[in-house]
Amino acid sequence: MGVFSIFPERASTAAAQVDALYAFLLVVGVGMTALIFFFVFFFAVRYRRKSPDDPAPKAIHGSLPLEITWSVIPFLVMLVMFAWGTKLYFQNYTPPPNNTLDIYVTGKQWMWKVQYPTGQREINELHVPVGRPVKLILASEDVIHSFYIPAFRLKHDVVPGSYQTYWFEATRPGRYHIFCAEYCGTNHSDMGGWVTVMEPSEYATWLTGGTGGSMREQGEKLFQQYGCVTCHVTDRQGRCPSLLNVFGKPVVLDDGRTVMADEAYVRESILNPNAKIVKGYNRDIMPVFEGQIGEDGLLQLIAYVKSLSTPTPPNVTRSTK
Amino acid sequence: MADSETILAAAHEPELQHHFDDSAQQLESSTLGMWVFLVTEVMFFGGMFGGYTVYRNMYPEAFASTSHFMNVTIGAFNTAVLIFSSFTMVLAVRSAQLGQKKALIAFLILTLILGCVFLSLKYVEYHEKWVDHHIPGPGFHYADPRYFHQAQILFFLYFAMTGMHAIHMIIGAGLLAALIVMAARNRFSATWYTPVEMIGLYWHFVDIVWIFLFPLLYLIGHTR
Amino acid sequence: MSPTLPFASTEARTNYLNADYGWKSWLFTTDHKRIALLYLFSITAFFFVGGLFAVGMRVNLLTPQGLFSHETYNKLFTMHGIIMVFFFLVPSIPATLGNFLVPMMIGARDLAFPRINLLSWYIYIVGGIFALIAVIQGGVDTGWTFYAPFSSTYSNTHVILAALGVFVSGFSSILTGLNFIVTIHKMRAPGMTWNRLPLFVWGHYATSLIQVLGTPVIAITLVLLGLERLLHAGIFDPTVGGDPVLFQHLFWFYSHPAVYIMILPGMAVISEIVACFSRKAIFGYSFVAFSSIAIAVLGFLVWGHHLFVAGQSMYASMAFSFISFLVAVPSAIKVFNWTATMYKGSVSYETPMLYAFGFIGLFTIGGLTGLFLATMAIDVHVTDTYFVIAHFHYVMVGGMVMAYLGGIHFWFPKITGRLYPEGWAKFAALVVFVGFNLTFFPQFILGYQGMPRRYAHYPPEFQVLNVMSTAGASILALGYLIPMIYLTWAWRHGPSSPQNPWNAKGLEWEQSPTPPPTYNFDHQPVVTEPAYNYSGREQEVDIGG
Repeated sequence: MGVFSIFPERASTAAAQVDALYAFLLVVGVGMTALIFFFVFFFAVRYRRKSPDDPAPKAIHGSLPLEITWSVIPFLVMLVMFAWGTKLYFQNYTPPPNNTLDIYVTGKQWMWKVQYPTGQREINELHVPVGRPVKLILASEDVIHSFYIPAFRLKHDVVPGSYQTYWFEATRPGRYHIFCAEYCGTNHSDMGGWVTVMEPSEYATWLTGGTGGSMREQGEKLFQQYGCVTCHVTDRQGRCPSLLNVFGKPVVLDDGRTVMADEAYVRESILNPNAKIVKGYNRDIMPVFEGQIGEDGLLQLIAYVKSLSTPTPPNVTRSTK
Repeated sequence: MADSETILAAAHEPELQHHFDDSAQQLESSTLGMWVFLVTEVMFFGGMFGGYTVYRNMYPEAFASTSHFMNVTIGAFNTAVLIFSSFTMVLAVRSAQLGQKKALIAFLILTLILGCVFLSLKYVEYHEKWVDHHIPGPGFHYADPRYFHQAQILFFLYFAMTGMHAIHMIIGAGLLAALIVMAARNRFSATWYTPVEMIGLYWHFVDIVWIFLFPLLYLIGHTR
Repeated sequence: MSPTLPFASTEARTNYLNADYGWKSWLFTTDHKRIALLYLFSITAFFFVGGLFAVGMRVNLLTPQGLFSHETYNKLFTMHGIIMVFFFLVPSIPATLGNFLVPMMIGARDLAFPRINLLSWYIYIVGGIFALIAVIQGGVDTGWTFYAPFSSTYSNTHVILAALGVFVSGFSSILTGLNFIVTIHKMRAPGMTWNRLPLFVWGHYATSLIQVLGTPVIAITLVLLGLERLLHAGIFDPTVGGDPVLFQHLFWFYSHPAVYIMILPGMAVISEIVACFSRKAIFGYSFVAFSSIAIAVLGFLVWGHHLFVAGQSMYASMAFSFISFLVAVPSAIKVFNWTATMYKGSVSYETPMLYAFGFIGLFTIGGLTGLFLATMAIDVHVTDTYFVIAHFHYVMVGGMVMAYLGGIHFWFPKITGRLYPEGWAKFAALVVFVGFNLTFFPQFILGYQGMPRRYAHYPPEFQVLNVMSTAGASILALGYLIPMIYLTWAWRHGPSSPQNPWNAKGLEWEQSPTPPPTYNFDHQPVVTEPAYNYSGREQEVDIGG
C-alpha cells in the first residue's frame, strides 16, 4: 500500500456509500468524544480542589430540561444513523430483480469453490466484470463460513442447509482480497482468495475458457442420471408437476400456502420432497435425495430447472456453447 | 436498637439468623428468594420450549407422526397424580402452619409417594421409548423413513424437556425426604416452618411445568 | 447520623480479618466480606490465566505468518475468551466489591443468604476447575461463542468439558444475583429508601436482574449443545434437519445481556468515585438510577444485532438495530451526568478518580463504536473483523477493568485497613491508559481495512498496526502487574488507614470502622439524608431517633 489510509480500496458501488455513512459516523463519534473529553478535562481543571479545607460545593441535583435535551438530541442523530444504515443494508442485500450475473459459491473447510453458469469452476478465485450487477448464491458443505470482500464492503455468512445471497456491482478493475470471516476451524485464516474485476471485454474473453459443459448442461445430465426425467417430464403432465415454466413463479401448495419457486425451493424439493407438496399431487411419491446429491450437484440441477422456464428468467446467463 | 454484641448474645427465636432483624424479615426474604429462583427456572425451561416451538413449526407433519407415540393415558394419569400431589403439599403446609406434626409428616409422605408414582410411570414411558428405539443417539430408529431425521430432533426435545422435568422431580423428592426427617425431629412448629413453605413453592412450580409440558407434547396435534 | 467512631488505630480492634484465624475460618466462612476476598483471589488468578493466553495471541500476531500452529492459536483465542468472559468479567465487580459493599451500603449485617453466598463461590471454583481441566487436557478451539455446527459436530477438542465449566459457573452468577435482589429489597436499614440508595446499589440491582433472567438460557443452551455432541440427534445439524442459526439465537439471548452484566457494575463504581472526588452529589441521580434499569431491560431485546449477516430476516434485523440504538441512550445519559457532576465541584485527582476519568473517556469511545455496529450497513462490513474486537475491548477493558481497578483502589483502605502508595498507583493508572489505547485503537483501523478476527495469520499489509498493538499490549501488561505488586505489599506493610481517608459519604465509610467488624456496624445505622450529601445541607429527618 502506498499511502496509508484507514479506508481499504473501493471497488464496488456499495463501497463508496458505506464509506460515506462511516464518515458521517466518524464525524459524530469523534465530535462526541472530543466534547466529552473536553468537558471532563475542563471541569477537572477549572473546578479542581485547591486545598483540603476547601468548602464542600453546593449540591446541584439535576436539571430536567438538560436531561431531556441530551437524551433527545443524540437520539435524533441516532435515528439518522439508523435510517441511513437500514436503507443501505436493504439495498445491499436485495439483489436487483433483473440482469444479474449469477455466480455460485460453495464454502467448505477450508476453501471456496466457485461455479459459473457457463461451466467454469475455480477454487479461491472469483472473476467478475465491471459495471454489471453480480449475484452470489452461497452454500456451505459443512460449517458456517462467511464470504467477505473488504473492497466491496460486503460479506454474508455461508450457512449449511440453506442458500444465502448478496449482490454487488464492481466498479474498478483489480484484484481484491476474499476472506472467510466466520471462524470455521483449523485453517480458517487460510480460507481466503482473490476476486478479479475485469473490463467487460476481457471478461468475455476469459469466459470462453470454460470446460466440462455449462452448469445447465451438467444439471441436465444429473436430471437424467437420477431419474427425475421419468416423472418431471418436461413436455407433458405425469404423476408429478411438470417443471416447465415453474422456476421464478409462485406455486400453490396442497395446504393452501403459496410459495415462490426459487433456488431454496428447488433444493428443498430435491432433498425433502414431502416438505412442500404442490396442490393436486400426492405425497410420498418422489424419492428422498437427502445425502445422495452434493451441494455442487444441487446447484447444477437448479441451473437446469431454471433453464426450463421461458422466457428464461433474466438472471440466468445462456451457455455460449 | 440492636448492635453486634446484643445480636450475638440474645436468646431470641432459635431459628432467627443473626443477620436478620426479626422473623418477619427472615420469612419475607426466604419467600422472595424462592420466587426469584423459580423465575430463573422459568427461563431455564423457556429455552427448551423455545427450541420446541421452532422445530414444531418447521416440521408439522413429522410432529404429527411422532405424536402417535406419546402415551396419552400415562401422561394424563401422571398429570392427575401431580395435581393431587400439589394438593397434598398444600395440606402439608397447612398442617405445619397449625403445628400438627403428625398430619404434616403424613401429607409430606403422601406427596413423596405421589411423586414416586409419577417417576415410576415416567420410567415406564421411557422404557417404551427404549423398546421402540426412539431414544436419540446411535440406536435411534424411526419406522417412517420420511421423517427419520426430524423425528430424532423432536424426540431429542421430548427427552430434554421431560428429562429435565424429571430431574427436578427427583430433586424435589429428595427435598421432601429431608423435610420428613426434619419434621420427625421436631424442627418445625407453628411459628417456624419456612422450609416446608419454600419447598412447597418449588413443588408447585415443578407441577406447573408439567401442566405446560403435557398439552404441548401429548395433546396438541395428536392424531391416532 | 451516628457519630464517627473514635478509633484511629485499627490494630487494636477486632475486625472481620482478625476475628478468626485458620483455613477453616476462611473456607467455611459465611461473612460476605471474607467471601468477597475469596472471590478476589480466585478472580485475579483467572485474570492472569486469561491474560497469559492474550500474551500468546499478541506475540503470534507480531508477524503475518504467525508463530504458533493454527490449532494452538485457535485454542488460545478460545480459552482467552471463555476465561475472561465467564471467569473474570461476569463475576468481577459483583462478586468482589458487590459482595463486600452492598450489605454495608444499605446498613445490613450481611447478605440475605450468607450460606448461599459461600455456595456460589464453591460453585464458581468447581466451574473454574472444569474449565482449567479442559485447558490442561488440550484446550478448546470453537471460539468462546461455540457456534454450531462446528462445535456440535466438527470440533475435536474438549467442548463438553469447557461447556460444563461455563454451565456450572453460571449457577454461581445466578445465586449471586438472587442474593443481591433479596438483600436490596428486604434488608435496607431504617430510613434507607430506594431513592436514597447509593448508585452502586442501583447498578448491582440492575445487574442482578440480568444475571437471574439471562443466565439460565445459556445454561440450557450449553446442555443442548453437550447432548447434541453426545447423541448427534441433529438439533443444530443441518444435514439432519437441524438449524445452526437457532444456536446463535439461543446463545446471544443470554450473551448480549451478559455484556450488560459486565458493564453495569463498572458504571456503579464510577458513580461512587465521581461523587466522592468531586465532593458533590451525582447530577441527575434518578436518571442514573433508572438508566441502569433501562439498560437491563432493553439489553434483553437486542441480541439479533449479532446476526445481521447470519441469514436473519432483514425486518428482524431492522428491529434489533433500532432497539440497539435505543439502549445507547441510557448509557449516554450516565456519561453526561457524571461529567455534569464535576461542574462546580471540588475535583481531586487521586488514583480512583484517574481511573474514573479513564473510564468515562474510553467507555465513550467504546459505546460510540457500538453505534457503528448497530448501523446495519456498516456492520455488514466490519462484523467479524478487528473493529468488533476493538469495540468490545474498549468497553470491557477500557471501561470495566478500569472501573474495577478504580474500585479496588477506592475501597482498598476499607477492605484492608491500609493505604496503598499513591505515587505508584497514579503511575500504574497512566501506564494502563497508554498501554490500553496503543493496544486497541489500531484495531479499529485494522477492522475497517478488512482484517478478520480469529486469524492465526494475516496478509502482510496488516503487519504494522499489529506490531503497534502488540507493543501496546506489553505496556498494558506492565500496567496490570504494577498494582499487583504494590497492593500485595501495601496489604502487609502499608500505613494504617484512618476510618475514612477519602472523607467519603456512605454508610460503609461513615458508620463502619476500617476495617469493618464481622457484623459491619457497631450500631444499627439509621438513614436520614439522601445519598452523596456532601454539601451537608439537606437533612431530611423522618425517622425519630
